[in-house]
Amino acid sequence: MKKYLLDLTVQRVERIHERYVLIKLTDNKPLPEMLPGQFVEIRVDGSPATFLRRPISINFVDTKANELWLLVAAVGDGTRKLAQMQAGEKLNCLLPLGNGFTMPQKKEERILLVGGGVGVAPLLYMGAQMSQMGCEPTFLLGARTAKDLLMLDTFRKYGRVCVTTEDGSEGEKGFVTNHSLLQEEQFDRIATCGPTPMMKAVARYARQANTECEVSLENLMACGLGACLCCVEKTTEGNLCVCKDGPVFNIRKLLWQD
Amino acid sequence: MARLDVKIGNLSLKNPVMTASGTFGYGLEFADLMPLDGIGGIIVKGTTLNPREGNDYPRMAETASGMLNCVGLQNKGVDYFCEHIYPQIKDIDTNMIVNVSGSSPDDYAECAARIDALEKIPAIELNISCPNVKDGGMAFGVTCAGASSVVKAVRERYHKTLIVKLSPNVTNIAEIARAVEAEGADSVSLINTLMGMAIDIEKRKTLLSINTGGLSGPAVKPVALRMVWQVAKAVKIPVVGLGGICCAKDAIEFLMAGATAIEIGTANFLDPTVSIKVRDGINDWLDRHGCQSVQEIIGVID
Repeated sequence: MKKYLLDLTVQRVERIHERYVLIKLTDNKPLPEMLPGQFVEIRVDGSPATFLRRPISINFVDTKANELWLLVAAVGDGTRKLAQMQAGEKLNCLLPLGNGFTMPQKKEERILLVGGGVGVAPLLYMGAQMSQMGCEPTFLLGARTAKDLLMLDTFRKYGRVCVTTEDGSEGEKGFVTNHSLLQEEQFDRIATCGPTPMMKAVARYARQANTECEVSLENLMACGLGACLCCVEKTTEGNLCVCKDGPVFNIRKLLWQD
Repeated sequence: MARLDVKIGNLSLKNPVMTASGTFGYGLEFADLMPLDGIGGIIVKGTTLNPREGNDYPRMAETASGMLNCVGLQNKGVDYFCEHIYPQIKDIDTNMIVNVSGSSPDDYAECAARIDALEKIPAIELNISCPNVKDGGMAFGVTCAGASSVVKAVRERYHKTLIVKLSPNVTNIAEIARAVEAEGADSVSLINTLMGMAIDIEKRKTLLSINTGGLSGPAVKPVALRMVWQVAKAVKIPVVGLGGICCAKDAIEFLMAGATAIEIGTANFLDPTVSIKVRDGINDWLDRHGCQSVQEIIGVID
């Protein structure tokens, strides 16, 4: 897919949580085609501590409104700067990068999308695209507490939503892999994004249930284009770049045997 | 429109801007974003005789105005390059230069000889300065004897333009430059990365898998500029300057310090189109100052 370097305009910044903002970007030209699971490398201006671009996954593309949504956790100096952006400001974006999740081939496929924390971000666009082709996704979303569950109402527009929280304040208590859904139902494929321990637990479940599973990795990266070879992950094919050969990998390709 | 063409030995560059090895892949990764034939040269990823997996992740750490890396020359080997990559890059209308590394003088020479046979590769950059490999790399580049031994072995079997990339991790870089000049190098490029380190104080661990890595980016620019100036005064062969160049002003500083051409490295990660902007910026500066040619500013600092 052709890549672009664009100065997109901030349409709106919605603070959806004390630590998370939803940045909605637009352009005067139609935005390029982007796939669920792909990401954007953002240049953060005005933050001397932020030297490199920041990879942010594509949360949603609203083609009607010509908007690209990015869900950003304000954890460091750079992402805090992003969270403070104002409508009308420009954000320099390199996009779309990486491969993306495998989309279902037919609408009967039962796809489970498992997300934790800010890792839920790419699953919204994935679920929305599935829903558009008539394939209803099941979202399994986990967080520490009820207030850390992000964009639940938006997820509910596109599919069934199951929830776990570590303190039991919403949905079932525990981690995503403790949810009763996994005991009760079989899925054709799982796509997951979130903290590595969570994705490893989901991968373990998928192996035992003999279910195809794709994970979205977020190794530290520099170029985003497969040039610097900094973000490599060990795979059955040797070291591969998460930015170019990923970020989405089938777990069979990864050396995650634990 | 000033004249921007320069020569490095027999190698003609349409302008003095090249991209540094390890920061621009094989050029193809950037083809959607900028015209590859708009710059003077592309120095592709470090290539070795045998395939190398490189070091373990994590290989990168962000630092103040720069970054550390310890990639460790991951590449699929020179035969893979010749068979699979060369056909894809040979028709890019600029100087496609291969960065060559090895673990013994014979290794370097064999790898260079195989690249010598490729019609559309007019030059190599000999990497005797990689700080991230145990065997070879920088070990050769930090002594005059080591540097000479590699250049001598390669010169016997490589007949096109030979640029030798020098390490800044030495006491006297001008001496090393003179040593490789004496063995027949056509040019020297400098600097490779400065060896550095960073620690996560919460985890009480270094941020890189092999503890140390090479520092690059604007943080190293003043050091690089000083070394280019010292080396340009010490040798007669042309010098290629690099180290933290992010904009045309940075590039012009290197040219004034005595570099005939420059390479852009880490800045490609911040703006993948930066090399074209640097080219245009040099041209604008020359026009603004009534210069007919970039030659008028090369080495103006005594």
